[in-house]
Amino acid sequence: MTTEVVDMITVVIDGFEVNVPKGTLVIRAAEQLGIQIPRFCDHPLLDPVGACRQCLVDIEINGRAFPKPQASCTIPVEPGMIVKTQLTSPVAEKAQRGVMELLLINHPLDCPVCDKGGECPLQNQAMSNGQGETRFEGVKRTFQKPINISSQVLLDRERCVLCARCTRFSEQIASDPFITLNERGALQQVGIYENKPFESYFSGNAVQICPVGALTGASYRFRARPFDLVSTPSACEHCASGCDMRTDVRRGKTLRRLAGDDASVNEEWNCDKGRWAFKYVTAIDRLTTPLVRNASGELVAASWPEALAAAAKGLKSAKAAVLVGGRATYEDAYGYSKFARVALGTNDIDFRSRLSSNEEREFLAAHVVGSTTRYTDIDRADHVLLVGFEPEEESPIVFLRLNKQVRKRALKVTAIATKLSIGVEKLNGEFVKVAPGQEAAAISSQSLTGKSVILVGERAAESAGVLSAVAALANSSSAKIAWIPRRAGERGALEAGAIGNLLPGGRPVADAAARVDIAAVWGADSLPTENGKNSNEIYAAVNAGEIGALLVGGVDPLDGDNSQSALAALEKAFVVSLEIAPSAVTQRADVVLPVAAITEKSGSFLNWEGRARSFDAAVADSLNRSDLRILSMIAEEIGASVNLATVTSAIKEIASLGKWDGARVAMNKVSATSQPAVSGDQFILTSWRRLLDMGTLQKGEDNLAGTSRKTVAVISPKRAQALGVADGDQLKISTPLGYVNLSALVEDIHDDAIWAPRNSRGSQLLINLGVAHGAVVTVVKA
Amino acid sequence: MTKLTPVLSAHWDEKDSFTIEAYTRHGGYAAAKKALAMDPDAVIQLVKDSGLRGRGGAGFPTGMKWGFIPQGDDKDHYLVVNADESEPGTCKDMPLLMANPHVLIEGCIIACHAIRAKHAFIYIRGEVTHIVRRLNQAIEDAYKAGHLGKGIDVVLHVGAGAYICGEETALLDSLEGFRGQPRLRPPFPAIAGLYARPTVVNNVESISSVPAIIANGAEWYQAMGTEKSKGATLYSLSGHVNNPGQFEAPLGITLREILELSGGIRTGHTLKFWTPGGSSTPIFTSEHLDVPLDYEGVSAAGSMLGTKALQIFDETTCVVRAVLRWTEFYKHESCGKCTPCREGTWWLVQLLRDLEDGKGTEADLAKLLDLCDNILGRSFCALGDGATSPITSSIKYFRDEYIAHITNGGCPFDPVASTLFVGAGA
Amino acid sequence: MAFSNEDLAIMETIIKRYPRPRSAIMPLLHFVQSRAGYVTNEGIELIAQQLDLAAAEVTAVSTFYTQYKPTPVGEYHVGVCTNTLCAVMGGDAIMAALKDHLGIENDGVTSDGKVSLEHIECNAACDYAPVVMANWEFYDNQTVQSAKELVDSMRAGNPKPPTRGPNTLGTWKEVSAVLAGLNDGKANEGVQAGEPTLLGLKIAKGETK
Repeated sequence: MTTEVVDMITVVIDGFEVNVPKGTLVIRAAEQLGIQIPRFCDHPLLDPVGACRQCLVDIEINGRAFPKPQASCTIPVEPGMIVKTQLTSPVAEKAQRGVMELLLINHPLDCPVCDKGGECPLQNQAMSNGQGETRFEGVKRTFQKPINISSQVLLDRERCVLCARCTRFSEQIASDPFITLNERGALQQVGIYENKPFESYFSGNAVQICPVGALTGASYRFRARPFDLVSTPSACEHCASGCDMRTDVRRGKTLRRLAGDDASVNEEWNCDKGRWAFKYVTAIDRLTTPLVRNASGELVAASWPEALAAAAKGLKSAKAAVLVGGRATYEDAYGYSKFARVALGTNDIDFRSRLSSNEEREFLAAHVVGSTTRYTDIDRADHVLLVGFEPEEESPIVFLRLNKQVRKRALKVTAIATKLSIGVEKLNGEFVKVAPGQEAAAISSQSLTGKSVILVGERAAESAGVLSAVAALANSSSAKIAWIPRRAGERGALEAGAIGNLLPGGRPVADAAARVDIAAVWGADSLPTENGKNSNEIYAAVNAGEIGALLVGGVDPLDGDNSQSALAALEKAFVVSLEIAPSAVTQRADVVLPVAAITEKSGSFLNWEGRARSFDAAVADSLNRSDLRILSMIAEEIGASVNLATVTSAIKEIASLGKWDGARVAMNKVSATSQPAVSGDQFILTSWRRLLDMGTLQKGEDNLAGTSRKTVAVISPKRAQALGVADGDQLKISTPLGYVNLSALVEDIHDDAIWAPRNSRGSQLLINLGVAHGAVVTVVKA
Repeated sequence: MTKLTPVLSAHWDEKDSFTIEAYTRHGGYAAAKKALAMDPDAVIQLVKDSGLRGRGGAGFPTGMKWGFIPQGDDKDHYLVVNADESEPGTCKDMPLLMANPHVLIEGCIIACHAIRAKHAFIYIRGEVTHIVRRLNQAIEDAYKAGHLGKGIDVVLHVGAGAYICGEETALLDSLEGFRGQPRLRPPFPAIAGLYARPTVVNNVESISSVPAIIANGAEWYQAMGTEKSKGATLYSLSGHVNNPGQFEAPLGITLREILELSGGIRTGHTLKFWTPGGSSTPIFTSEHLDVPLDYEGVSAAGSMLGTKALQIFDETTCVVRAVLRWTEFYKHESCGKCTPCREGTWWLVQLLRDLEDGKGTEADLAKLLDLCDNILGRSFCALGDGATSPITSSIKYFRDEYIAHITNGGCPFDPVASTLFVGAGA
Repeated sequence: MAFSNEDLAIMETIIKRYPRPRSAIMPLLHFVQSRAGYVTNEGIELIAQQLDLAAAEVTAVSTFYTQYKPTPVGEYHVGVCTNTLCAVMGGDAIMAALKDHLGIENDGVTSDGKVSLEHIECNAACDYAPVVMANWEFYDNQTVQSAKELVDSMRAGNPKPPTRGPNTLGTWKEVSAVLAGLNDGKANEGVQAGEPTLLGLKIAKGETK
């Protein structure tokens, strides 16, 4: 940890001395003393604006007094400054009371029906710093109410105090200036351009920081009073950014989630998916009892002992492998990792239920596991290189952090990508355009320094040689690598060793000392020595008759590019499925064991930094058990001991593993494949998932879905001309497996490439086409 | 008796005064040539020595403002001319530009040279089409004649109806393509103005005064005016007078003198109240006829010289109606950024309308004054302060008239009596 | 309406006047009004596209300034100054008379689309009070009678010329083009100054009675 030298300044506020760093605003220096100066427009993460005038205080510097009260949210402390707030200055007190009265003259008295009532800064500060009665007897300003500024955000203009927090957030933080202050004077109001709603991935933050009830979320509006809610600190399960969250529950039902405050990770922000996509837990038909396939082939309800016995028997009677999805908690993933080795005696385990490669597996073991690249490295970077990664779509808080540095100090961002994205455009990023599959060469020609950071997405695994090129570039430049998967559980699963070449803590399976380490903690005589198979190899081995049983937790077989093979393997093998809801896996399973959803259990995720984001159960008294607990029970039945009955026991055991300082897995260089030649109606397909799409965890939230980006197929101007296609024309993209019809958008993309969203409405590429990136497809005007 | 001193207005009576031919005929652009041959710092010093102060209302010394621009900073510098003239009663810059736009362009050249700027922008209010034509033509002709385009460029930027854009930082935001709302200061424009570059913002009359100062020297200019208010300036007389118009006179002339020169108050009527420098300057009455109209004199008498917009109202005018209308103006022009001005003007109008309609009470007068106290010095910029000036000053001098509205149950004045065409059968 | 290629080229030249494109937003809005008559959605989207802004940012600016009209105005847009001085001296009477005469309210447009009416704030011609502006040209020293005659001449298709301005009154669209900075060749038309402007000079020169 480096210590930065900061000039400290001593000022006197209401007679008390306080010593604060140079540049501190008076309003925040006062907070250090516990003196609360009322405010509305002030927000610590937005540029000072001094608009609401609620925070007026009297200031003198070295004996010279300002002639009138000053806005304490805009004035930095200076040596010799003496500040008198409302507590000691009658002038400041009257000024604040006067401003408060003015703020209220046009504010409706609808607190009893306002969602903000009970947690409203205007209500609270009117009580603490206002006067009991208004002297205003005139006509209040009224507007039509409310208006939808997007499908998920409503605006009650007459409640607005015009602090401009929402518009400033949208412009300064999200770079989505879709809401603005319109008109002027007393008619000034927040608004959108009538044909373009407030469709920002971050719009919920504007709702959260609104100091009155002017902006409300459609899904929470009129649902609850804040004092009826039970709040639990939580972590977001939607991606690897690692947002601190708060979950508010009433009578066992989650009613809303808010961004938590963690300066080192999400500051005070989150994305709309994290905020509003929580109904999936209740929107889907939950599994409520264990199911066991009976003699006539039907899945029927069974008791827990019966189901556990059946599971143990099936897993024990054949060679078995483990598939665990990327949304498992760190502790659950550790459970699967230990279960595979201890109960099943295999390293055949893979958490990557998506497109992946063995090059990636080596890269993760060699360069990612145990790595300590952090958000602060982005803050300090001289150059950030994006590889197979669209931060706004795939890890929105990383996007906000990049954007902050771009706005603050013009951080250089370079994206090696097949298509220029909206997010990279907002970052003023340099776009290095490549054909799908040809990213490696472009990476090799970058020059970075030891202060640079390479942000690598999970899609880097989709082109051969990319991760080898990243490793080589990092090696030659000393740039830091950060691997940012989409799913919240992948980094934790990697650290837990839920992958065929690693044991927990980054210990190579192939390293005898590493195996001894872990075997000692686990009380096992020995651990399997051979590197395990990856997901595709596991499915292939089932289909080849080499593996007979599968333990599957939270995996969607349609998330890969081998869904035919996967489904066939699930049909063929004895399958034990741990799931929250019926799925393609449970349909084919022999034993189905219902598990707790994220809100019903405690645990942690490791975000992309490897930072633990722990959470408690938000919904109390759920009868559902965590994967960890169930795995321990199956292991008992098998006759092996996993012995992880609780999350706490898992955490303790993980901590007891200690640090691995032995050799890492070495990475074998993989070369890029040559670019397939395309001509006529052939294109090379490329895609990524959008933040808001058909993802399972977004089910049941139509207001959120209403703000997703339009489904389009992107081609270059040159190819559009050749096809005789303009924006909005229909394109038919086909492979031998199937086709999709999409609206064309002519944009900056490699001439050989066509881009479509990977999993959006009308464009579920892996299901519809069986491919997602790098494959040749046929495109015609539909 | 103070004598009028036409300098800016010296040739306005020639039919083609606005053309480049007329301007050069009278020695136009010679001062620019002279200044360009001087060291920029010497130009700044000369303007400092002349004692020229800002003619847009605040009276800040022009040369000192230029001297604040950092030198040798390798940044672009900008000159921005404030031609947004919109303060009620103010009507000097528009006739100046209609009659002689070239003097402003020459002033821009000199000022740009002094502050090492390559670009000048003239921000003119948008509701004056013909003046826009004249200025654009003048700029075009100055380019053709080679006065512009050789290191100094001038661009005319046309506003679109917003009084607040006369506030210099709002003007800069507007010029950058944003809503014209005032900016936080610091940083001041001299450090971070247009496009966050060092910028001087000067009024039309200030910049237009510079060529003559360069041509005739600081001493010549200093010889006019009073001790701390040097030079001559345009006084704009309007309202209930026999002969309204523009009067270029040394600073320090009195209203009594101007009225005597011009033909006095509307015949048969008496002076009731007047503004020394637009609606934002506290009103004066006949007690103030002999106040020297310079920065110090007006200030000492409790108002501000402002834009020297002398709006004269005779005894037929209802002061409550006059103040209500000004307040409606401030409400209409409030930018909306800060609470006191935005909400305060909304409330003030309602209170004043009730008073004018005879629906007020004496308690409302106290409320009105307290409200003004909660706006004055609490707003983001001076617009809010300005809104309170007519109210507090009118209650100070005409409290009885407010009370009369209350006791009378309405306005005791006949609005027809105050019109220009009273008795004309209108 | 669609903007022609020639229009787009003019917009390009307007943008080039400034060191930074966004500064061109105001002249571009005037230009949109010169073609479409008011600030149309098409115009907003076009400006947004040309300046690389969100349409909301253009709307935020256009709604701030009163000269940008969200709905069509008349071919001749009449503004009556009702700020204090003009109002007292006859502006209120003129405004009331014109409303009555034209049968429209403030911000209204006559059914033939010829004349629209707006009460305006001080237009910097107080020494010519009461002042009426038409398409932002000066009509000085108005009376109820002269103002009625003015709007009648507009409805008849033959508007009276401004007092201080060009020889003929242009239409709203034509004038908007001037405000966008386009030269209509009329700068040399009309007087250099009216009598009040010259009063002080004439007194100084001893040329008054």
